[in-house]
Amino acid sequence: MSQIVQFFFSGLTLGSIYAVVALGFNLIYSTTGILNFAQGEFLMLGGMTAVTLARFTPIPVAVVGAVVIVTLCGGVLEILFFRRLRRPTVLQMIIITIGLSIVIREVALHVWDEKVRSLSYFTGNECSSVRVLGAGISPQVFWVLGTVALVVLLLHLFLHRSLVGRAMRACASNPEAAMLAGINTGRMRTLAFMLSAGIGALGGCVISPITMTQYDSGAGLAIKGFAAAMLGGLGRPMPGVLGGLLVGLAEAFSVYFGMPAAYKDATAFGILVAVLFVRPQGLFSSGELQAGAQER
Amino acid sequence: MSLLEVQGIARAFGGVQALQEVSFAVETGQIHAVIGPNGAGKTTLFNIISGLLRPHAGRITFLGRDITALPPHRISRAGIARTFQTLALFENMTVLENVMVGRHLRSHSGAVAAALRLPRQLHEEKRIREAALGYLSSVGLFSKAEAPVSALSFGQRRLVELARALATEPRLLLLDEPASGLNPRETDDLAQLIRRVRDDSVTVLLVEHDMSMVMDISDEILVLHYGRPIASGSPAEIRADPEVIAIYLGGEFTGAAC
Repeated sequence: MSQIVQFFFSGLTLGSIYAVVALGFNLIYSTTGILNFAQGEFLMLGGMTAVTLARFTPIPVAVVGAVVIVTLCGGVLEILFFRRLRRPTVLQMIIITIGLSIVIREVALHVWDEKVRSLSYFTGNECSSVRVLGAGISPQVFWVLGTVALVVLLLHLFLHRSLVGRAMRACASNPEAAMLAGINTGRMRTLAFMLSAGIGALGGCVISPITMTQYDSGAGLAIKGFAAAMLGGLGRPMPGVLGGLLVGLAEAFSVYFGMPAAYKDATAFGILVAVLFVRPQGLFSSGELQAGAQER
Repeated sequence: MSLLEVQGIARAFGGVQALQEVSFAVETGQIHAVIGPNGAGKTTLFNIISGLLRPHAGRITFLGRDITALPPHRISRAGIARTFQTLALFENMTVLENVMVGRHLRSHSGAVAAALRLPRQLHEEKRIREAALGYLSSVGLFSKAEAPVSALSFGQRRLVELARALATEPRLLLLDEPASGLNPRETDDLAQLIRRVRDDSVTVLLVEHDMSMVMDISDEILVLHYGRPIASGSPAEIRADPEVIAIYLGGEFTGAAC
């Protein structure tokens, strides 16, 4: 029993990070139609920046600083690489994001070298644990789960209760009509990039003590997060979160049921391939919504 | 000064000249209709005025200000709203939310204010909700406010779009075939509504195929044929214009009501 709880929490923790990546994917995809393959890099940048800042400041300040810096980076990237494109095709923009992810990784390699770094535990240390149903759970796990839950809640409120959030959803639903309602779609796009980058950076910070951060740790996360987003139905933030948790749990329990841990990553890819073949519109999506997304 | 002045607009798609030498003026407080057979360039004209398309030549001034090169959201801020022939609603939102998005540009708090000054934001939100409900009741959809737009009938969806356009508080409202897909009763109601909008001092520029409605409510009519204006004047003048009669009776359109 205690073992199941252990695996469950480990799956939930990883899953909530995939959920963060999926949130970023979906926010950008739904407001702009771009699949941002540099999404994982935002997590890496967040973790790395926080590690660097933590040398001079207490951890909470370092985390806030990292989130602010990466959020601004997200905005700058959008303004530099996407805003000035004239009549870009979606494929062009996706390839730009792939290029960006490579450039960011290389820059990170030069700034932070190849060493694996990690932020120290927010409370306690590697050895401290909280007993839950007989299993020992690291307090950092609760930081991760709590932070992600809070982010999801705030984002949901933002999208559904605020004017700006509603304007973002309007862009996602019908860009032309949104423009004609006086919404500056370019600015909404920048905002989507900033939000995705900031949320990613925060995820990168809270997970850093558990999984460590390295210059290339973003790529793997991006693919897992992409699998999560596809599982939930591309372009739909909240189902994507569920998708993330499912992917994380599937990964953890595949090990529990005897799959060699080295093949753990195969689970996420297996899910991705299966979703693409069997249910490309995602688990929780009706066909109708997908048709809407394809129109763009 | 006219509210909207269109001077020498031209636009081609590939080799097809969709509009050429189109000039006209819309006077404040009127209902101005643009008619013409299919393919005459009416929707292209609307797309150019609302900023979705750039003209290849010509100039558009609104309230004396050149708006030819402005992006759509700036044009809508300047006071021009429009509806689409094929509806353009936010399908993932409720009826009320759709109209509230229309209030977006009349709201004052930006993203930062929204994040920092929560009470003020909530107050703003409430004002916008109330205003949006007002526009919904003016098109008779108050009771449907919380319904998802996807649950409405076609005619009701048209009205939601109209309410959203009105919510931007336009000086000029562009209506692209608002009666298409409506039954005769709905069309009558719509004509009433358009008159009321005009009486509320919103000028209306209207593209419409329903001749009886156009002749009934318009103050001024412009006739386009293959992208060129061929006649303009009051409904009575248009009805008597030999060239218009020749075009309409010449095959493409049998406007029984003319």
